[in-house]
Amino acid sequence: MLITRKVEFSSSHMCRRPELSEEENRRIYGPAANPHGHGHNYVLEVSLEGEPDPVTGMVLDLKELKQILTRHVVDVYDHRFLNYEVPPFDRVVPTPENIARDIWQRLEPLLHDGRGRLRTVRVYETPDLYVDYCGEQPCSV
Amino acid sequence: MFRVTRRYRFAASHRLHAPQLSDEQNEAIYGKCNNPFGHGHNYVLEVTARGPADDSGRTLDPGRLDDLVARQVLTPFSHSNLNVDVDSFAGRVPTSENLAVEICRRLKDNWPAIFPGEWPKLDRVRIAETARNIFEVKTHEID
Repeated sequence: MLITRKVEFSSSHMCRRPELSEEENRRIYGPAANPHGHGHNYVLEVSLEGEPDPVTGMVLDLKELKQILTRHVVDVYDHRFLNYEVPPFDRVVPTPENIARDIWQRLEPLLHDGRGRLRTVRVYETPDLYVDYCGEQPCSV
Repeated sequence: MFRVTRRYRFAASHRLHAPQLSDEQNEAIYGKCNNPFGHGHNYVLEVTARGPADDSGRTLDPGRLDDLVARQVLTPFSHSNLNVDVDSFAGRVPTSENLAVEICRRLKDNWPAIFPGEWPKLDRVRIAETARNIFEVKTHEID
């Protein structure tokens, strides 16, 4: 069974690499390369796989999952300029792919204790663009 | 490995009517959707690609996907009468099942010209005819 919790955070970022010229950055990343940055209302959906506990009827209390997401993602990302304030984005371009992988790496050690195993991290950069990351293996669902 | 999904919208009309069936049979099967004058929807299309991130930190350039979808789907389908204006539906009922397959085939056939490398691959197409009726086809299900 899959259970999913959704949280939101608002952050600014820019997509550019210092080793590339201004023209190269603009060609690859378009307006997202603006060196002054820009922002998004990100939406994060985290899905866990597990079996409901026979007594509580829950895989993992979604309240507890919310607390984990708040402490380890929202409190870290929200109202921050990711490139300047949230490592590893001082050296990794904060594309939605890299954000999804960073969130996976933050959460995975906390969510494999048998009650629920991290299955999918979905990051909406806008309502019309989202990325799924399922760890090293391809997403199967 | 990532999956990247982009969402698009287009409005179109259609009529569900199978030429192999009688008028009575069509009305019995399709009901209101068989209205001879047609009717329309605000379709929401999701196109999903999969692959690793490249040096840019991205699986694909969304702008190139937008160009492909605009050329193959949005321009020909938007504000069209699917039965009349889209050749693929001459003699084929434009149900959203068939629409999803048609969109997936168009994108799959034209994918290598836009994304010539091994990655990204077209993973699936998902179309919402209304907020309540949703159809999904994976690329490997298409010939």
